Amino acid sequence: MKTGRFLTAALYLYGIAILVALYLPLLSVGFASISKSRYLSFPVRRYAFEWYGEALSSGTVADLVVTSLITAALVTLVSVVVGFFGALAFARYSWRYRKLFQKFVLLPIFFPQTVLGLALLMWFNAIGIVPSWKTAVVAHLVWITPITTLIIAIRAYSFDPALEEAARDMGCTTLQTLKEVTLPLLAPGIVSAGLFAFLLSWGNFPLSLFTTGADSTLPEWLYAKMVSGYSPLVPTVGMLSVFASALLLLIAIAIPFLINRARSTESA
Amino acid sequence: MDALQRRLGTLYAVPAVALLVLSFVAPLLVVAAFSTMPQGVFSLLHLPDFSAYGTLVTQGYWQSLLWSLFMAFAATVILFVISWPLAFGMAKVFKRFTLVLTIGVVLTLFVSENIRLFGWVLTLMKGGLIDGYLRAWFGGGLEGALYNVPVIIFGLVYVYLPFMLFPLAQGIAMVPDDARQAARDLGASRWQILTEIDLPLSAPGIVVGSLFTFVLATGALAEAKLLGGSAVIVMAAEVETAFTYGQDWPLGSALSMTLIAIVAVLAIFTIARIDLDSIMGRRG
Repeated sequence: MKTGRFLTAALYLYGIAILVALYLPLLSVGFASISKSRYLSFPVRRYAFEWYGEALSSGTVADLVVTSLITAALVTLVSVVVGFFGALAFARYSWRYRKLFQKFVLLPIFFPQTVLGLALLMWFNAIGIVPSWKTAVVAHLVWITPITTLIIAIRAYSFDPALEEAARDMGCTTLQTLKEVTLPLLAPGIVSAGLFAFLLSWGNFPLSLFTTGADSTLPEWLYAKMVSGYSPLVPTVGMLSVFASALLLLIAIAIPFLINRARSTESA
Repeated sequence: MDALQRRLGTLYAVPAVALLVLSFVAPLLVVAAFSTMPQGVFSLLHLPDFSAYGTLVTQGYWQSLLWSLFMAFAATVILFVISWPLAFGMAKVFKRFTLVLTIGVVLTLFVSENIRLFGWVLTLMKGGLIDGYLRAWFGGGLEGALYNVPVIIFGLVYVYLPFMLFPLAQGIAMVPDDARQAARDLGASRWQILTEIDLPLSAPGIVVGSLFTFVLATGALAEAKLLGGSAVIVMAAEVETAFTYGQDWPLGSALSMTLIAIVAVLAIFTIARIDLDSIMGRRG
């Protein structure tokens, strides 16, 4: 059905306006991070990058980055492996409790993350585990594994079951089918799930709040600073965290592109 | 083959189920158990007396609960209204712009919500981006935009937009164009097509999106803290205070249990009614 030209134009404008509003706060943070004065006020009169230097040379910031990185890396690894098998059970194979399993896997996404974090804190206390960044990994997994499962499941829905059957008919073992057929077919889903897992863990605050114990992640440290009063380091470290995410995304997008180009020059 | 499918399906579900039983179900049971303990204890080795629930009622915590529920409800309604046209555009009108919008919205999810909310503080505060430039260019400024209830709702709307937008767009995409065309040929007005074709047929998307936003906004913390100052105290903040300053785990657990109960009832009720296979597009 055709939509009127005027309505179409209005919808495009509306879409652009929403995008602008979504990124406006990041613009403010960006400006604040290069403002020279200690007490921020717009319009910014003098710009300086000294806070970036300070943030990059700070030992505290380096520690926070390392903690956040290791946490995100572990979360990515575990959630993708569990999500890969979970997605096959979710979308690909017919088994008795599949519908129930789908609903169970989805449930944690609907729970407020702060409450999940608190529940985990009390659970760790009850079984005698001292909270640290390792327990935060578990907390992130509760929320992120369902998401990786869903992302890989979307891919699993769209692949043809006949391919696996053919492999088996030709004499492949279950393990060979998994490795030679299923894994390559799901690869794009696995990559985007991994990317989501890493970035969601890297930026997560509510799950870390109660579960990191004496350790602290980057978003947690930022929150503590924001609540306790303004510091010029907050926008700077915030922007650095955004740049780190953007860089990772660029690399993730560039790699398949470069591989494709390498392949096409090889065959040429 | 079917026997093999059944075996593989069951086997492959084991890691995810084990993970969730150990780190989702068990912790929730511990919270439930703690909420029945006498106040001020830090272990489960006491006789339950349910006194924390009494405190919850008598100490006025229901006010925080009502604020959280009200603001979450307001945010859900507002989000539905502002997301609908955009979701409609993404599903039916835009071509390549849908991809641009999708990527643009997803990217914001990767930036910590703290940083984005803090950005709004810098944008809206006195001497902030909007106020400062208005003052510099026109003389007049933007006073008192922060630290009130509407700005908290605004924060919720901002943070949870993707959780409404994407399910809605998915729901609208499920409305067959033929049905809309037929309604129009039979003389239905724009309004009639909206209320009698679009809204009912995209109901799964509306339900999932509304559930997501309402539930997540009910348990939200950072919006009220950063944008709202201390205008109102939300439920999640009461929970945090009970655990940290209050050192009262049973009270914190009882407060959490009220949130968990609301969420669980809504989520289980809704999830039980939707068919995930049809939404996500299963073949064969």
